[in-house]
Amino acid sequence: MIGALKSEFLKLTTVRLWWVLLLTLFGYVGFTAGLLAGVFGAMGDQLASSPNAPQLPADGLPPLIYSTVTVVGYVVPLILGALSVTSEFRYQTLTPTFLAGPRRGVVLGAKVVVLAVAGAVYGLGGLVASMGIGGSILAATGIDPQLGSADTWLLAGRVVIASALWAVIGVGVGSLITNQVASIVVVLAFAQFIEPILRLGASIWDWTAAVGKFLPGAASDALVGSSIFTSLGTGTTAVQSLDWWQGGLVLLGLGAVLAFAGFLTSWRKDVT
Amino acid sequence: MGLALESEFCHYCSMRTRTTLEFTNVSKTFGAVHAVSDLSFTVEPGRVTGFLGPNGAGKTTTLRMLLGLVRPTSGTATIGGRAYAQLERPLATVGTALEASDFHPGRSARNHLRVYAAAAGIDSARVEVVLRTVGLADYADRRVGGYSLGMRQRLGLAFALLGDPDVLVLDEPTNGLDPEGIRWMRGFLQTLAAEGRTVLVSSHLLAEVQQTVDWVVIISRGRAVYEGSLDGLETGSAVRVDSPDRSALAAALTGSGAQVQTTDDALLATGITAAEVGAAALAAGVPLSLLTTESVGLEEVFLQLVGSDDAMTTGEVSA
Repeated sequence: MIGALKSEFLKLTTVRLWWVLLLTLFGYVGFTAGLLAGVFGAMGDQLASSPNAPQLPADGLPPLIYSTVTVVGYVVPLILGALSVTSEFRYQTLTPTFLAGPRRGVVLGAKVVVLAVAGAVYGLGGLVASMGIGGSILAATGIDPQLGSADTWLLAGRVVIASALWAVIGVGVGSLITNQVASIVVVLAFAQFIEPILRLGASIWDWTAAVGKFLPGAASDALVGSSIFTSLGTGTTAVQSLDWWQGGLVLLGLGAVLAFAGFLTSWRKDVT
Repeated sequence: MGLALESEFCHYCSMRTRTTLEFTNVSKTFGAVHAVSDLSFTVEPGRVTGFLGPNGAGKTTTLRMLLGLVRPTSGTATIGGRAYAQLERPLATVGTALEASDFHPGRSARNHLRVYAAAAGIDSARVEVVLRTVGLADYADRRVGGYSLGMRQRLGLAFALLGDPDVLVLDEPTNGLDPEGIRWMRGFLQTLAAEGRTVLVSSHLLAEVQQTVDWVVIISRGRAVYEGSLDGLETGSAVRVDSPDRSALAAALTGSGAQVQTTDDALLATGITAAEVGAAALAAGVPLSLLTTESVGLEEVFLQLVGSDDAMTTGEVSA
Protein backbone atom coordinates (compact mmCIF):
# COMPACT_ATOMS: atom_id res chain seq x y z
CA MET A 1 0.00 0.00 0.00
CA ILE A 2 2.89 2.35 0.76
CA GLY A 3 4.32 1.68 -2.69
CA ALA A 4 0.94 2.35 -4.28
CA LEU A 5 0.63 5.64 -2.37
CA LYS A 6 4.11 6.71 -3.43
CA SER A 7 3.35 5.78 -7.02
CA GLU A 8 0.09 7.76 -7.08
CA PHE A 9 1.84 10.73 -5.49
CA LEU A 10 4.53 10.63 -8.19
CA LYS A 11 1.89 10.31 -10.92
CA LEU A 12 0.27 13.51 -9.70
CA THR A 13 3.43 15.53 -9.23
CA THR A 14 5.38 14.49 -12.34
CA VAL A 15 3.01 16.09 -14.86
CA ARG A 16 2.16 19.76 -15.05
CA LEU A 17 -1.57 19.45 -14.48
CA TRP A 18 -1.49 19.81 -10.70
CA TRP A 19 0.12 23.23 -10.58
CA VAL A 20 -1.74 24.51 -13.64
CA LEU A 21 -5.00 23.71 -11.87
CA LEU A 22 -3.72 25.07 -8.56
CA LEU A 23 -2.83 28.37 -10.24
CA THR A 24 -6.26 28.39 -11.86
CA LEU A 25 -7.88 27.94 -8.47
CA PHE A 26 -5.68 30.61 -6.94
CA GLY A 27 -6.51 33.09 -9.67
CA TYR A 28 -10.22 32.29 -9.71
CA VAL A 29 -10.64 32.46 -5.95
CA GLY A 30 -8.36 35.45 -5.59
CA PHE A 31 -10.33 37.37 -8.19
CA THR A 32 -13.74 36.44 -6.76
CA ALA A 33 -12.75 37.06 -3.15
CA GLY A 34 -11.06 40.34 -4.04
CA LEU A 35 -14.05 41.53 -6.04
CA LEU A 36 -16.53 40.63 -3.29
CA ALA A 37 -14.36 42.21 -0.62
CA GLY A 38 -13.97 45.36 -2.69
CA VAL A 39 -17.64 45.68 -3.61
CA PHE A 40 -19.13 44.88 -0.22
CA GLY A 41 -16.35 46.56 1.71
CA ALA A 42 -16.63 49.81 -0.17
CA MET A 43 -20.40 49.83 -0.51
CA GLY A 44 -21.40 48.18 2.72
CA ASP A 45 -22.85 51.41 4.13
CA GLN A 46 -24.85 52.19 1.06
CA LEU A 47 -26.19 48.63 0.91
CA ALA A 48 -27.22 48.79 4.56
CA SER A 49 -29.14 52.04 4.07
CA SER A 50 -30.98 50.76 1.00
CA PRO A 51 -33.78 48.40 2.08
CA ASN A 52 -34.20 46.71 -1.30
CA ALA A 53 -30.58 45.62 -1.64
CA PRO A 54 -29.52 42.16 -0.44
CA GLN A 55 -28.55 42.41 3.19
CA LEU A 56 -25.47 40.88 4.67
CA PRO A 57 -25.07 39.82 8.26
CA ALA A 58 -23.19 42.47 10.21
CA ASP A 59 -19.97 40.57 10.75
CA GLY A 60 -20.57 37.86 8.15
CA LEU A 61 -18.51 39.42 5.43
CA PRO A 62 -15.08 37.88 6.09
CA PRO A 63 -16.29 34.25 6.27
CA LEU A 64 -18.41 34.89 3.20
CA ILE A 65 -15.33 35.95 1.30
CA TYR A 66 -12.98 33.32 2.71
CA SER A 67 -15.38 30.50 1.88
CA THR A 68 -15.33 31.32 -1.84
CA VAL A 69 -12.53 28.71 -2.08
CA THR A 70 -15.08 25.93 -2.11
CA VAL A 71 -18.29 27.84 -2.80
CA VAL A 72 -17.12 28.92 -6.23
CA GLY A 73 -13.85 26.98 -6.53
CA TYR A 74 -14.85 23.41 -5.62
CA VAL A 75 -14.97 22.50 -9.28
CA VAL A 76 -11.16 22.70 -9.48
CA PRO A 77 -10.27 19.90 -7.01
CA LEU A 78 -13.23 18.01 -8.48
CA ILE A 79 -11.66 18.19 -11.95
CA LEU A 80 -8.22 17.28 -10.58
CA GLY A 81 -9.69 14.11 -9.08
CA ALA A 82 -11.58 13.20 -12.24
CA LEU A 83 -8.54 13.77 -14.48
CA SER A 84 -6.34 11.64 -12.23
CA VAL A 85 -8.47 8.66 -13.29
CA THR A 86 -9.49 9.56 -16.84
CA SER A 87 -5.90 10.27 -17.90
CA GLU A 88 -5.03 6.68 -16.96
CA PHE A 89 -7.70 5.46 -19.35
CA ARG A 90 -6.87 8.01 -22.02
CA TYR A 91 -3.13 7.30 -22.13
CA GLN A 92 -3.56 3.59 -21.33
CA THR A 93 -1.30 3.92 -18.33
CA LEU A 94 -3.62 1.50 -16.55
CA THR A 95 -1.58 -1.22 -18.25
CA PRO A 96 1.74 -0.47 -16.49
CA THR A 97 -0.19 0.52 -13.38
CA PHE A 98 -1.88 -2.87 -13.09
CA LEU A 99 1.31 -4.69 -14.11
CA ALA A 100 3.17 -3.04 -11.24
CA GLY A 101 0.24 -3.42 -8.85
CA PRO A 102 -2.19 -6.12 -9.94
CA ARG A 103 -4.47 -5.53 -6.94
CA ARG A 104 -6.71 -2.96 -8.55
CA GLY A 105 -8.63 -2.10 -5.40
CA VAL A 106 -5.38 -1.12 -3.69
CA VAL A 107 -4.50 1.15 -6.62
CA LEU A 108 -7.89 2.88 -6.45
CA GLY A 109 -7.62 3.20 -2.68
CA ALA A 110 -4.19 4.81 -2.98
CA LYS A 111 -5.52 7.19 -5.59
CA VAL A 112 -8.36 8.23 -3.29
CA VAL A 113 -5.95 8.90 -0.41
CA VAL A 114 -3.44 10.84 -2.51
CA LEU A 115 -6.15 12.90 -4.17
CA ALA A 116 -7.69 13.68 -0.79
CA VAL A 117 -4.34 15.08 0.31
CA ALA A 118 -3.99 16.98 -2.97
CA GLY A 119 -7.52 18.36 -2.53
CA ALA A 120 -6.58 19.54 0.96
CA VAL A 121 -3.51 21.27 -0.49
CA TYR A 122 -5.78 22.94 -3.04
CA GLY A 123 -7.99 24.07 -0.17
CA LEU A 124 -4.94 25.63 1.49
CA GLY A 125 -3.87 27.28 -1.76
CA GLY A 126 -7.36 28.66 -2.24
CA LEU A 127 -7.37 30.00 1.32
CA VAL A 128 -4.12 31.85 0.70
CA ALA A 129 -5.94 33.58 -2.15
CA SER A 130 -9.26 34.22 -0.41
CA MET A 131 -7.80 35.21 2.97
CA GLY A 132 -4.73 36.92 1.58
CA ILE A 133 -6.27 38.92 -1.24
CA GLY A 134 -9.82 39.15 0.12
CA GLY A 135 -8.64 39.86 3.66
CA SER A 136 -6.23 42.57 2.55
CA ILE A 137 -8.92 44.35 0.57
CA LEU A 138 -11.34 44.10 3.51
CA ALA A 139 -8.73 45.62 5.77
CA ALA A 140 -8.06 48.34 3.22
CA THR A 141 -11.75 49.29 3.17
CA GLY A 142 -11.78 49.53 6.92
CA ILE A 143 -13.48 46.23 7.75
CA ASP A 144 -12.00 43.90 10.34
CA PRO A 145 -10.77 40.81 8.40
CA GLN A 146 -11.24 38.77 11.63
CA LEU A 147 -7.97 36.94 11.14
CA GLY A 148 -7.59 36.68 14.92
CA SER A 149 -10.93 34.94 15.36
CA ALA A 150 -11.03 31.24 16.12
CA ASP A 151 -14.18 30.95 14.01
CA THR A 152 -12.29 32.14 10.95
CA TRP A 153 -9.68 29.47 11.37
CA LEU A 154 -12.29 26.78 12.03
CA LEU A 155 -13.92 27.83 8.78
CA ALA A 156 -10.54 27.56 7.07
CA GLY A 157 -10.16 24.03 8.43
CA ARG A 158 -13.59 23.06 7.11
CA VAL A 159 -12.71 24.56 3.71
CA VAL A 160 -9.67 22.26 3.58
CA ILE A 161 -11.81 19.23 4.44
CA ALA A 162 -14.42 20.14 1.83
CA SER A 163 -11.77 20.61 -0.85
CA ALA A 164 -10.25 17.22 0.00
CA LEU A 165 -13.66 15.56 -0.27
CA TRP A 166 -14.34 17.20 -3.63
CA ALA A 167 -11.13 15.72 -5.04
CA VAL A 168 -12.25 12.29 -3.80
CA ILE A 169 -15.65 12.78 -5.46
CA GLY A 170 -13.68 13.63 -8.60
CA VAL A 171 -11.92 10.25 -8.44
CA GLY A 172 -15.35 8.63 -8.27
CA VAL A 173 -16.70 10.66 -11.19
CA GLY A 174 -13.62 9.86 -13.29
CA SER A 175 -13.97 6.16 -12.48
CA LEU A 176 -17.57 6.15 -13.65
CA ILE A 177 -17.13 8.41 -16.69
CA THR A 178 -13.76 7.29 -17.97
CA ASN A 179 -13.83 9.37 -21.15
CA GLN A 180 -11.78 12.44 -20.33
CA VAL A 181 -13.77 14.97 -22.35
CA ALA A 182 -17.13 13.58 -21.27
CA SER A 183 -15.98 13.62 -17.66
CA ILE A 184 -14.93 17.28 -17.76
CA VAL A 185 -18.11 18.32 -19.59
CA VAL A 186 -20.32 16.53 -17.06
CA VAL A 187 -18.43 18.02 -14.11
CA LEU A 188 -18.57 21.56 -15.49
CA ALA A 189 -22.19 21.29 -16.59
CA PHE A 190 -23.26 19.94 -13.21
CA ALA A 191 -21.23 22.33 -11.09
CA GLN A 192 -21.77 25.52 -13.06
CA PHE A 193 -25.25 25.02 -14.47
CA ILE A 194 -27.39 22.12 -13.29
CA GLU A 195 -26.75 22.32 -9.60
CA PRO A 196 -27.15 26.11 -9.25
CA ILE A 197 -30.50 25.83 -11.06
CA LEU A 198 -31.60 22.92 -8.89
CA ARG A 199 -30.62 24.81 -5.76
CA LEU A 200 -32.50 27.88 -6.88
CA GLY A 201 -35.53 25.79 -7.85
CA ALA A 202 -35.40 23.86 -4.60
CA SER A 203 -35.69 27.05 -2.56
CA ILE A 204 -39.23 27.72 -3.83
CA TRP A 205 -41.13 25.32 -1.54
CA ASP A 206 -40.34 23.92 1.86
CA TRP A 207 -40.40 20.32 0.76
CA THR A 208 -38.05 20.90 -2.20
CA ALA A 209 -35.74 22.85 0.06
CA ALA A 210 -35.66 19.86 2.39
CA VAL A 211 -34.44 17.74 -0.50
CA GLY A 212 -32.28 20.42 -2.08
CA LYS A 213 -30.11 20.78 0.99
CA PHE A 214 -28.66 17.36 0.15
CA LEU A 215 -27.35 18.54 -3.21
CA PRO A 216 -23.56 18.21 -3.16
CA GLY A 217 -22.89 21.92 -3.54
CA ALA A 218 -25.38 22.72 -0.79
CA ALA A 219 -23.85 20.05 1.43
CA SER A 220 -20.41 21.51 0.76
CA ASP A 221 -21.61 24.99 1.73
CA ALA A 222 -23.18 23.53 4.86
CA LEU A 223 -19.88 21.87 5.75
CA VAL A 224 -17.95 25.09 5.27
CA GLY A 225 -20.65 27.02 7.12
CA SER A 226 -20.82 30.09 4.97
CA SER A 227 -21.77 30.78 1.40
CA ILE A 228 -22.41 33.75 -0.81
CA PHE A 229 -25.31 31.77 -2.32
CA THR A 230 -27.18 31.08 0.90
CA SER A 231 -26.49 34.57 2.25
CA LEU A 232 -27.96 36.17 -0.81
CA GLY A 233 -30.77 33.62 -1.08
CA THR A 234 -33.80 35.26 -2.60
CA GLY A 235 -36.21 32.41 -1.93
CA THR A 236 -39.42 33.14 -0.12
CA THR A 237 -38.76 30.47 2.47
CA ALA A 238 -36.03 30.36 5.05
CA VAL A 239 -32.83 28.86 3.69
CA GLN A 240 -32.53 25.26 4.77
CA SER A 241 -29.14 23.88 5.44
CA LEU A 242 -27.58 20.78 6.94
CA ASP A 243 -25.32 20.95 9.96
CA TRP A 244 -21.68 21.23 9.03
CA TRP A 245 -20.91 17.62 9.91
CA GLN A 246 -23.95 16.37 8.03
CA GLY A 247 -22.74 18.23 4.97
CA GLY A 248 -19.36 16.56 5.38
CA LEU A 249 -20.98 13.14 5.62
CA VAL A 250 -23.02 13.77 2.47
CA LEU A 251 -19.84 14.61 0.53
CA LEU A 252 -17.94 11.67 2.03
CA GLY A 253 -20.79 9.30 1.24
CA LEU A 254 -21.06 10.62 -2.30
CA GLY A 255 -17.34 10.14 -2.87
CA ALA A 256 -17.41 6.62 -1.41
CA VAL A 257 -20.45 5.54 -3.44
CA LEU A 258 -19.07 6.93 -6.71
CA ALA A 259 -15.60 5.45 -6.20
CA PHE A 260 -17.03 2.05 -5.25
CA ALA A 261 -19.38 2.08 -8.24
CA GLY A 262 -16.42 2.97 -10.46
CA PHE A 263 -14.42 0.12 -8.96
CA LEU A 264 -17.20 -2.35 -9.69
CA THR A 265 -17.50 -1.19 -13.29
CA SER A 266 -14.61 0.41 -15.17
CA TRP A 267 -11.81 -0.61 -12.80
CA ARG A 268 -12.57 -4.30 -13.12
CA LYS A 269 -12.86 -4.29 -16.88
CA ASP A 270 -10.36 -5.91 -19.21
CA VAL A 271 -7.47 -3.61 -20.03
CA THR A 272 -6.99 -3.99 -23.76
CA MET B 1 20.27 -37.97 -11.56
CA GLY B 2 19.03 -35.49 -14.13
CA LEU B 3 17.86 -33.26 -11.31
CA ALA B 4 21.23 -33.34 -9.55
CA LEU B 5 23.02 -32.57 -12.75
CA GLU B 6 20.76 -29.67 -13.48
CA SER B 7 21.07 -28.10 -10.04
CA GLU B 8 24.83 -28.41 -10.21
CA PHE B 9 24.80 -26.86 -13.65
CA CYS B 10 22.70 -23.96 -12.44
CA HIS B 11 24.91 -23.47 -9.47
CA TYR B 12 27.63 -22.51 -11.87
CA CYS B 13 25.68 -20.57 -14.43
CA SER B 14 23.18 -18.56 -12.41
CA MET B 15 21.01 -18.52 -9.32
CA ARG B 16 18.04 -17.32 -11.33
CA THR B 17 14.64 -18.86 -10.72
CA ARG B 18 13.68 -20.80 -13.80
CA THR B 19 10.07 -20.02 -14.51
CA THR B 20 7.76 -21.73 -16.97
CA LEU B 21 4.74 -20.05 -18.51
CA GLU B 22 1.75 -22.25 -19.01
CA PHE B 23 -1.34 -21.60 -21.10
CA THR B 24 -4.02 -24.20 -20.51
CA ASN B 25 -7.12 -24.24 -22.74
CA VAL B 26 -7.29 -20.46 -22.74
CA SER B 27 -10.23 -18.88 -24.55
CA LYS B 28 -11.41 -15.31 -24.81
CA THR B 29 -14.55 -14.02 -26.41
CA PHE B 30 -15.23 -10.33 -26.95
CA GLY B 31 -18.93 -10.21 -27.70
CA ALA B 32 -19.35 -12.38 -30.78
CA VAL B 33 -15.64 -12.35 -31.65
CA HIS B 34 -13.61 -15.39 -30.63
CA ALA B 35 -10.26 -13.71 -30.09
CA VAL B 36 -8.58 -16.79 -28.62
CA SER B 37 -9.93 -20.34 -28.77
CA ASP B 38 -8.79 -23.19 -26.54
CA LEU B 39 -5.11 -22.28 -26.72
CA SER B 40 -2.58 -24.45 -24.88
CA PHE B 41 1.19 -24.17 -24.89
CA THR B 42 4.13 -23.80 -22.53
CA VAL B 43 7.06 -21.44 -22.63
CA GLU B 44 10.26 -22.82 -21.19
CA PRO B 45 13.06 -20.90 -19.48
CA GLY B 46 16.51 -20.48 -20.98
CA ARG B 47 15.43 -19.85 -24.52
CA VAL B 48 13.71 -17.28 -26.67
CA THR B 49 10.25 -18.37 -27.69
CA GLY B 50 8.64 -16.64 -30.65
CA PHE B 51 4.90 -16.15 -30.51
CA LEU B 52 3.88 -15.67 -34.10
CA GLY B 53 0.75 -14.97 -36.01
CA PRO B 54 -0.71 -12.35 -38.31
CA ASN B 55 -2.19 -9.16 -36.91
CA GLY B 56 -5.48 -9.93 -35.24
CA ALA B 57 -4.60 -13.57 -34.57
CA GLY B 58 -5.04 -13.08 -30.83
CA LYS B 59 -1.41 -12.63 -29.75
CA THR B 60 -1.87 -9.49 -27.71
CA THR B 61 -5.05 -10.79 -26.09
CA THR B 62 -3.22 -13.99 -25.13
CA LEU B 63 -0.35 -12.04 -23.57
CA ARG B 64 -2.76 -9.74 -21.72
CA MET B 65 -4.50 -12.78 -20.26
CA LEU B 66 -1.17 -14.06 -18.97
CA LEU B 67 -0.58 -10.67 -17.35
CA GLY B 68 -3.95 -10.47 -15.61
CA LEU B 69 -5.04 -7.50 -17.70
CA VAL B 70 -7.71 -9.43 -19.56
CA ARG B 71 -9.80 -12.07 -17.83
CA PRO B 72 -9.99 -15.32 -19.87
CA THR B 73 -13.48 -16.53 -20.75
CA SER B 74 -12.19 -19.97 -19.80
CA GLY B 75 -8.86 -21.70 -19.14
CA THR B 76 -5.83 -20.46 -17.23
CA ALA B 77 -2.54 -18.77 -17.95
CA THR B 78 0.09 -19.09 -15.23
CA ILE B 79 3.61 -17.98 -14.42
CA GLY B 80 5.52 -20.63 -12.52
CA GLY B 81 2.15 -22.13 -11.63
CA ARG B 82 0.62 -18.91 -10.34
CA ALA B 83 -1.74 -16.36 -11.80
CA TYR B 84 -0.21 -12.91 -12.32
CA ALA B 85 -2.35 -11.33 -9.62
CA GLN B 86 -0.96 -13.84 -7.11
CA LEU B 87 2.67 -12.97 -7.73
CA GLU B 88 4.25 -11.45 -4.65
CA ARG B 89 6.60 -9.21 -6.61
CA PRO B 90 5.08 -9.01 -10.08
CA LEU B 91 7.66 -6.79 -11.79
CA ALA B 92 10.53 -8.82 -10.35
CA THR B 93 8.93 -11.96 -11.77
CA VAL B 94 7.63 -10.83 -15.15
CA GLY B 95 8.86 -7.87 -17.16
CA THR B 96 6.50 -6.71 -19.85
CA ALA B 97 6.64 -4.44 -22.87
CA LEU B 98 3.35 -4.37 -24.71
CA GLU B 99 2.84 -3.00 -28.17
CA ALA B 100 0.56 -0.14 -27.22
CA SER B 101 2.54 2.85 -26.05
CA ASP B 102 1.27 3.17 -22.51
CA PHE B 103 2.90 6.45 -21.53
CA HIS B 104 1.59 9.76 -20.29
CA PRO B 105 2.99 12.12 -22.93
CA GLY B 106 3.61 14.86 -20.39
CA ARG B 107 5.79 12.73 -18.12
CA SER B 108 9.53 12.24 -18.62
CA ALA B 109 10.98 8.79 -19.16
CA ARG B 110 12.75 8.88 -15.82
CA ASN B 111 9.58 9.83 -13.97
CA HIS B 112 7.58 7.24 -15.90
CA LEU B 113 9.90 4.55 -14.58
CA ARG B 114 9.99 6.06 -11.07
CA VAL B 115 6.19 5.91 -10.86
CA TYR B 116 6.10 2.17 -11.48
CA ALA B 117 9.27 1.37 -9.55
CA ALA B 118 7.57 2.96 -6.54
CA ALA B 119 4.39 0.95 -7.08
CA ALA B 120 6.35 -2.30 -7.27
CA GLY B 121 8.66 -1.49 -4.37
CA ILE B 122 11.75 -1.39 -6.58
CA ASP B 123 14.63 0.83 -5.56
CA SER B 124 14.80 3.95 -7.72
CA ALA B 125 18.50 3.26 -8.39
CA ARG B 126 17.26 0.56 -10.80
CA VAL B 127 15.65 3.32 -12.89
CA GLU B 128 19.09 4.71 -13.74
CA VAL B 129 20.44 1.25 -14.50
CA VAL B 130 17.70 0.33 -16.97
CA LEU B 131 17.82 3.77 -18.61
CA ARG B 132 21.51 3.16 -19.33
CA THR B 133 20.86 -0.42 -20.46
CA VAL B 134 18.45 0.67 -23.18
CA GLY B 135 20.47 3.75 -24.11
CA LEU B 136 17.98 6.40 -22.97
CA ALA B 137 19.98 7.96 -20.14
CA ASP B 138 20.72 11.13 -22.12
CA TYR B 139 17.07 11.72 -22.99
CA ALA B 140 15.53 10.60 -19.71
CA ASP B 141 14.29 14.02 -18.62
CA ARG B 142 12.49 14.79 -21.86
CA ARG B 143 8.75 14.40 -21.93
CA VAL B 144 7.78 11.13 -23.60
CA GLY B 145 5.33 12.95 -25.89
CA GLY B 146 8.32 14.06 -27.98
CA TYR B 147 9.85 10.58 -28.27
CA SER B 148 10.21 8.73 -31.56
CA LEU B 149 8.67 5.28 -31.89
CA GLY B 150 12.10 3.70 -31.47
CA MET B 151 12.70 5.62 -28.24
CA ARG B 152 9.29 4.56 -26.94
CA GLN B 153 10.16 0.94 -27.69
CA ARG B 154 13.34 1.36 -25.68
CA LEU B 155 11.44 2.94 -22.82
CA GLY B 156 8.99 0.04 -22.94
CA LEU B 157 11.92 -2.34 -22.67
CA ALA B 158 13.36 -0.32 -19.78
CA PHE B 159 10.04 -0.75 -17.96
CA ALA B 160 10.19 -4.49 -18.64
CA LEU B 161 13.69 -4.72 -17.15
CA LEU B 162 12.88 -2.61 -14.11
CA GLY B 163 12.46 -5.52 -11.72
CA ASP B 164 15.32 -7.62 -13.20
CA PRO B 165 12.65 -10.25 -13.92
CA ASP B 166 12.92 -13.99 -14.51
CA VAL B 167 10.42 -13.77 -17.34
CA LEU B 168 10.25 -11.26 -20.19
CA VAL B 169 7.11 -10.85 -22.25
CA LEU B 170 7.61 -8.54 -25.22
CA ASP B 171 4.92 -7.69 -27.74
CA GLU B 172 6.36 -6.76 -31.15
CA PRO B 173 9.58 -5.38 -29.60
CA THR B 174 11.27 -4.64 -32.92
CA ASN B 175 8.47 -2.42 -34.26
CA GLY B 176 9.85 1.01 -34.99
CA LEU B 177 13.48 0.08 -34.38
CA ASP B 178 16.09 0.85 -37.01
CA PRO B 179 18.18 -2.04 -38.38
CA GLU B 180 20.90 -1.35 -35.82
CA GLY B 181 18.30 -1.38 -33.06
CA ILE B 182 16.85 -4.66 -34.32
CA ARG B 183 20.30 -6.25 -34.29
CA TRP B 184 20.92 -4.94 -30.79
CA MET B 185 17.55 -6.30 -29.65
CA ARG B 186 18.35 -9.77 -31.06
CA GLY B 187 21.61 -10.03 -29.17
CA PHE B 188 20.02 -8.63 -26.07
CA LEU B 189 17.17 -11.15 -26.01
CA GLN B 190 19.57 -14.04 -26.52
CA THR B 191 21.74 -12.82 -23.65
CA LEU B 192 18.69 -12.63 -21.41
CA ALA B 193 17.67 -16.17 -22.33
CA ALA B 194 21.21 -17.46 -21.83
CA GLU B 195 21.04 -16.14 -18.28
CA GLY B 196 18.25 -18.62 -17.65
CA ARG B 197 15.35 -16.25 -18.15
CA THR B 198 12.15 -17.12 -19.93
CA VAL B 199 11.74 -14.90 -22.98
CA LEU B 200 8.49 -14.73 -24.93
CA VAL B 201 8.48 -12.46 -27.97
CA SER B 202 5.49 -11.89 -30.19
CA SER B 203 5.71 -10.84 -33.81
CA HIS B 204 3.62 -10.88 -36.93
CA LEU B 205 6.72 -11.24 -39.06
CA LEU B 206 8.64 -14.50 -38.96
CA ALA B 207 11.65 -12.87 -40.59
CA GLU B 208 11.96 -10.41 -37.70
CA VAL B 209 12.48 -13.12 -35.11
CA GLN B 210 13.82 -15.92 -37.30
CA GLN B 211 17.41 -15.34 -36.21
CA THR B 212 16.53 -14.82 -32.55
CA VAL B 213 14.10 -17.49 -31.49
CA ASP B 214 14.86 -21.04 -30.44
CA TRP B 215 11.26 -22.17 -30.34
CA VAL B 216 8.08 -20.94 -31.94
CA VAL B 217 4.39 -21.02 -31.21
CA ILE B 218 2.32 -20.00 -34.20
CA ILE B 219 -1.29 -19.01 -33.85
CA SER B 220 -3.90 -18.14 -36.40
CA ARG B 221 -7.40 -16.87 -35.66
CA GLY B 222 -6.96 -17.57 -31.97
CA ARG B 223 -5.83 -21.18 -32.38
CA ALA B 224 -2.37 -22.73 -32.16
CA VAL B 225 -1.30 -24.10 -35.54
CA TYR B 226 2.31 -25.02 -34.73
CA GLU B 227 4.52 -25.41 -31.71
CA GLY B 228 8.12 -26.54 -32.01
CA SER B 229 11.57 -25.60 -33.23
CA LEU B 230 12.16 -23.61 -36.38
CA ASP B 231 13.96 -26.63 -37.90
CA GLY B 232 10.77 -28.60 -37.56
CA LEU B 233 9.01 -25.95 -39.59
CA GLU B 234 11.31 -26.31 -42.55
CA THR B 235 9.61 -28.81 -44.82
CA GLY B 236 12.65 -28.88 -47.03
CA SER B 237 11.90 -28.97 -50.71
CA ALA B 238 9.12 -29.16 -53.22
CA VAL B 239 9.24 -30.24 -56.82
CA ARG B 240 8.00 -27.90 -59.51
CA VAL B 241 6.82 -29.97 -62.41
CA ASP B 242 4.67 -29.52 -65.50
CA SER B 243 3.34 -31.38 -68.48
CA PRO B 244 1.25 -30.57 -71.54
CA ASP B 245 -1.29 -32.92 -69.97
CA ARG B 246 -1.34 -31.38 -66.51
CA SER B 247 -4.33 -33.26 -65.12
CA ALA B 248 -2.88 -36.66 -66.05
CA LEU B 249 0.38 -35.65 -64.36
CA ALA B 250 -1.45 -34.51 -61.23
CA ALA B 251 -3.30 -37.82 -61.08
CA ALA B 252 -0.06 -39.77 -61.49
CA LEU B 253 1.68 -37.82 -58.72
CA THR B 254 -1.25 -38.08 -56.32
CA GLY B 255 -1.30 -41.80 -57.09
CA SER B 256 2.28 -42.10 -55.88
CA GLY B 257 1.53 -40.38 -52.57
CA ALA B 258 2.54 -36.77 -53.23
CA GLN B 259 0.64 -33.63 -52.21
CA VAL B 260 0.02 -31.62 -55.33
CA GLN B 261 -0.82 -27.94 -55.60
CA THR B 262 -1.60 -26.15 -58.84
CA THR B 263 0.18 -22.83 -59.26
CA ASP B 264 -0.15 -20.38 -62.13
CA ASP B 265 2.40 -22.01 -64.40
CA ALA B 266 3.09 -25.46 -62.99
CA LEU B 267 2.34 -28.07 -60.36
CA LEU B 268 4.03 -27.98 -56.98
CA ALA B 269 4.51 -31.43 -55.47
CA THR B 270 5.62 -32.06 -51.91
CA GLY B 271 6.41 -35.30 -50.14
CA ILE B 272 8.15 -36.65 -53.22
CA THR B 273 11.61 -36.33 -54.76
CA ALA B 274 12.37 -35.21 -58.31
CA ALA B 275 13.53 -38.73 -59.25
CA GLU B 276 10.28 -40.20 -57.98
CA VAL B 277 8.33 -37.63 -59.99
CA GLY B 278 10.19 -38.66 -63.14
CA ALA B 279 9.56 -42.35 -62.48
CA ALA B 280 5.87 -41.76 -61.80
CA ALA B 281 5.49 -39.74 -65.01
CA LEU B 282 7.25 -42.38 -67.05
CA ALA B 283 5.11 -45.15 -65.60
CA ALA B 284 1.96 -43.19 -66.44
CA GLY B 285 3.26 -42.28 -69.89
CA VAL B 286 2.94 -38.55 -69.29
CA PRO B 287 5.54 -36.33 -71.01
CA LEU B 288 7.21 -33.73 -68.80
CA SER B 289 7.82 -30.11 -69.83
CA LEU B 290 9.38 -28.96 -66.54
CA LEU B 291 11.08 -30.65 -63.62
CA THR B 292 12.91 -28.71 -60.96
CA THR B 293 13.47 -28.88 -57.23
CA GLU B 294 12.96 -25.77 -55.12
CA SER B 295 13.27 -25.13 -51.41
CA VAL B 296 10.24 -23.91 -49.57
CA GLY B 297 11.12 -20.87 -47.49
CA LEU B 298 10.19 -20.56 -43.82
CA GLU B 299 8.08 -17.55 -44.62
CA GLU B 300 6.02 -19.57 -47.09
CA VAL B 301 5.46 -22.34 -44.59
CA PHE B 302 4.49 -19.73 -42.04
CA LEU B 303 2.04 -18.07 -44.41
CA GLN B 304 0.57 -21.45 -45.30
CA LEU B 305 0.14 -22.26 -41.63
CA VAL B 306 -1.60 -19.03 -40.75
CA GLY B 307 -3.61 -19.07 -43.97
CA SER B 308 -2.91 -15.42 -44.62
CA ASP B 309 -4.54 -15.50 -48.08
CA ASP B 310 -7.88 -16.55 -46.63
CA ALA B 311 -7.66 -14.03 -43.88
CA MET B 312 -6.85 -11.24 -46.29
CA THR B 313 -9.72 -11.93 -48.62
CA THR B 314 -12.33 -12.42 -45.92
CA GLY B 315 -11.09 -9.47 -43.90
CA GLU B 316 -10.66 -11.46 -40.72
CA VAL B 317 -7.28 -9.93 -40.11
CA SER B 318 -8.82 -6.86 -38.60
CA ALA B 319 -11.48 -8.77 -36.65
